Amino acid sequence: MTTSTHSDAPSATSASPGVAAARARDLTKVYGQGETRVVALDSVSVEFHRGRFTAIMGPSGSGKSTLMHCMAGLDSISSGSAWIGDTELSSLKEKKLTRLRRDKIGFIFQAFNLLPTLNALENITLPLDIAGRKVDKDWLERVVETVGLSGRLKHRPNQLSGGQQQRVAVARALVSRPDIVFGDEPTGNLDSRSGAEVLGFLRNSVRELGQTVVMVTHDPVAASYADRVVFLADGRIVDDMTDPTAESVLDRMKAFDARGRTS
Amino acid sequence: MFRTALRNVLAHKARLLMTTLAVMLGVAFVAGTLVFTSTLSDAYAKGSAKGFEGVDVAVRPGGGDEDEPRGPSDLPHELLDRLDRVPGVESATGVVSGFAALADKDGGLVGEGWSTQGGNYDAGPDGKKEDPRHDLRDGRAPLRSGEIALDSKTAERTGFGVGDTVRMSVNGPIREEKVVGVFDTDDGGVAAGGTLVLFDTATAQELFSQPGRYSEIVLTAEDGVSQRELEKRVRDVLPAKTLTSTGDEMADEQARMIEQGMSGMRTGLLVFAGIALFVGVFIIANTFTMLVAQRTKELALLRAVGASRRQVTRSVLVEALVVGVVAALIGLLAGIGIGAGMRSLMGSVGATVPDGPLVVAPSTVLASLVVGVAVTMVAAWLPARRAAKVPPVAAMGGVHAPATPRGLLVRNTIGALLAGSGAALVLYASGIGMEDGKLPMSAGAGLLVIGVFVLTPLLSRPVIAVAAPVLRVFGTSGKLARLNAVRNPRRTAATAAALMIGLTLITGMTVIATSVQKSIDKLATAAIEADYTVSMANFLPLSAEVEQTLAKEESVTALSPLRNSPSRIDGEYEPLTGVDGKALDDLLELDFVQGSFAGLGGENVIVDTATAKEHGWKAGSSFDVVYEDGERGELTVSGVYEGNEMIRGIMLDTATLDPHLEQVTSMQVMVKTADGASDATKSSLQKALGDNPAILVQDKKDLSESIAQMFTMMLNMLYGLLAMAVIVAVLGVVNTLAMSVFERSQEIGMLRAIGLDRHGVKRMVRLESLVISLFGGVLGIGLGVFFGWAAGELISGSLATYELVLPWSRMGVFLALAALVGVLAALWPARRAARLNMLEAIKTE
Repeated sequence: MTTSTHSDAPSATSASPGVAAARARDLTKVYGQGETRVVALDSVSVEFHRGRFTAIMGPSGSGKSTLMHCMAGLDSISSGSAWIGDTELSSLKEKKLTRLRRDKIGFIFQAFNLLPTLNALENITLPLDIAGRKVDKDWLERVVETVGLSGRLKHRPNQLSGGQQQRVAVARALVSRPDIVFGDEPTGNLDSRSGAEVLGFLRNSVRELGQTVVMVTHDPVAASYADRVVFLADGRIVDDMTDPTAESVLDRMKAFDARGRTS
Repeated sequence: MFRTALRNVLAHKARLLMTTLAVMLGVAFVAGTLVFTSTLSDAYAKGSAKGFEGVDVAVRPGGGDEDEPRGPSDLPHELLDRLDRVPGVESATGVVSGFAALADKDGGLVGEGWSTQGGNYDAGPDGKKEDPRHDLRDGRAPLRSGEIALDSKTAERTGFGVGDTVRMSVNGPIREEKVVGVFDTDDGGVAAGGTLVLFDTATAQELFSQPGRYSEIVLTAEDGVSQRELEKRVRDVLPAKTLTSTGDEMADEQARMIEQGMSGMRTGLLVFAGIALFVGVFIIANTFTMLVAQRTKELALLRAVGASRRQVTRSVLVEALVVGVVAALIGLLAGIGIGAGMRSLMGSVGATVPDGPLVVAPSTVLASLVVGVAVTMVAAWLPARRAAKVPPVAAMGGVHAPATPRGLLVRNTIGALLAGSGAALVLYASGIGMEDGKLPMSAGAGLLVIGVFVLTPLLSRPVIAVAAPVLRVFGTSGKLARLNAVRNPRRTAATAAALMIGLTLITGMTVIATSVQKSIDKLATAAIEADYTVSMANFLPLSAEVEQTLAKEESVTALSPLRNSPSRIDGEYEPLTGVDGKALDDLLELDFVQGSFAGLGGENVIVDTATAKEHGWKAGSSFDVVYEDGERGELTVSGVYEGNEMIRGIMLDTATLDPHLEQVTSMQVMVKTADGASDATKSSLQKALGDNPAILVQDKKDLSESIAQMFTMMLNMLYGLLAMAVIVAVLGVVNTLAMSVFERSQEIGMLRAIGLDRHGVKRMVRLESLVISLFGGVLGIGLGVFFGWAAGELISGSLATYELVLPWSRMGVFLALAALVGVLAALWPARRAARLNMLEAIKTE
């Protein structure tokens, strides 16, 4: 079963490279060898456009997190290629890859992953401190305002609520003006109201700051905040939907489940 | 519960590794000490028992102790004849013995000064008799002056044999002797690496006692006569004061003496083993605290399903028991190896140790195991109690509870009280002198160390904050390292404290030793105006011939012996020092309180202030004296001088003293030369003395050096022993870092993801390690200096020239050592942190 927004997987690569913040071609990721060999990603080709908010969805084990890890330079690629802007990842050595992540990519994780020893402001500027770069005061102020953290900057993570902590993580991802922000289930540990807040900020950062955001999620409501949803199953892209709503995403997911059960 | 505990141990193998190692090292030290000392004492005891096999009853002169100046108490020859005629005596052998130095083929002294012995071979009046103590292997017995026999071990070692001419010295002058025989002996001294040279009886008597006199007579019994029976029969013919003992008694006595000597050594070594184990306690406690913290959820689950508090505590203690038993067993094995190794090590540095089987006494095994297990269990007790306090509801909570700063206020108050009272006690004790001050000072020192340890969490923040400017150079890694170091103050404190203890001891000992060395050096050299002092290498008496030889040297302008002779004054023992009254003024610089040198000579003597005060003498006082030969005399105090530890007592002219001496010998000879001290003068003096290996010619510089050498040797030994505590502390730092890295793996993964490269991660861990180690180092060195100063205040009461010397360069080295500990300890954890799988770390459970 297909919906009206469905387009074939190969079409995802047809957009011109100039507008892609990140893209993958025939990206394959294999874990293990011999009998324990698992193909997590099976020749995936996809592009994430600049200034867009993309969600990657799929059931557990579909390879959605693996896709993000490989495209963000966190995990190695078995074959195929992945680019951040014009930089091809598989050819990069460990050191250059680290620098690329530091300078071009922002990360938001499910566990809020803040350093408990640093206050909110220090956590936000951490990527810049590591790079030894100067903080752009105006930009920092704008980011902090966008995520609504003014007045809490001197607090330590354990003095902040879960939602506030995740907003610090969002600000940290945005502060270095990365080419692309990857989120791995960023609302997975939050209650629905805090989750909605964080997703709202992510969407704002795309709309108002022109940020590119790619987010892995299994929550149809979270996906509905995105401009586009890419569906993964069994390591392949099986669908691509623009301007999703929670209902349309849910329907699509149900279809997978049904198909999974019948096959 | 036992099975759960066992599974936990297996599951946490890696994390228990350092704990096991720490316990193991401590136990190995204990076991090694016990094995080594019991092996040695067993070997010595067997050796000495063998040495008494040819002796059934020994007869010795009475007296000779401090209360009784040694009189004509040596055993005369006619006594030997009389004993030989006692029924039941198979043979009676006269023994004469004393120090004899043998030069090897290069002219150096063979063996240690204290174990080079000379004696007599009793060949009887006709020269045909066999001495029952020594079996001749080659050649024949020495029969006349100029002939000697050598023990076979020494002959083997030096390459001398029958027919060779050897150079040797007994009390100064060099002697050339022909080796006519080589003998086997069971003598304990030889077994322990000494040498034994035998002369014919007449020569030995001349050298070691007086013609016709023996220092001991050894009897063997005829078959069927017991040692006791023989002793009883012999006593009837002996003068009243003469002492007798049976061979068995002497062997027992010898064994007891050996055991006593060994137990001193054993206690000394065990103290250091104890320190290492004590340091280990911190690591064990740290490990179990962390294991319990990591397992909060699991423990809560056990509680939730119905385990009682006591069961939870017990499960942690059982874990400690398993770790303790395993570590103690490995430690015991390692200790046996160390015990065996130590013997060959001592052999390789020249101290010959008697052969014998390795003795692993059941008590050694038991003590090692008990110590290892007990230390582990005691250290794990607090964490085990904490484990029981985990509420069952914690099982439901998602997040593992971080260590709360709760209780630090109580802890700080207790720490401040302990440290304050400790410091006050030390300060108080430093003002009241050695005798009264020793005890309160030790108590105060203990309190202060414990207090500072309790306070280390509080101290960690300000002290580590001082390092912030330096760490800023290293950017984010430096900042994170500093913050991580103070993140868990208790853990940082326990880790740093382990290092602190070792460094406190090392620094304290160094400060004391350096200060004492300086003051003794001052003592030894300040009052001496002589260019050289001449003495025996083993500081035994020197023959008068030496001073006669030296006096003939042209370059010598002034010379005085220092003779030593016991006397009785007012019924009390008092040593007399014989000096050359005319030359002394040129050789010693003495401060006179009353009178002067001018009056020394004849019946006039000079005394130091302490002795004068004791007897109530002033310049002009007269007193009666009983010389060592029993003659009486009257002496007059002509001057009172300011004495010190080296130069003190009653000094009188040799012309007055010498006639009363049984053997005219001196402890040393002081010499002043025309051109002062120079290498040329020194070698001409040595040449005049026949380049004798047994005689030391020292100028002031040599004296300082030999004092320094003594202290350096002592310090190096202490360093070696304390190194164990430092090694254990290193394990502690490794342990803490490894656990911190494990606990923070998620954070490290995040840092790597957002762009901190591997070097940055490594640097972060290394700097944290460095900060913790230097923290411990600074505390340790600070405390050490304080204790050094305080102990010095005590010592200065009895050592007038004492002054505090702070060995800055050494202290710099210790701080560098602490830094090195930090760097080394971080090697493995830093690698681990850098290699951490980012994805595994970021993933939520």
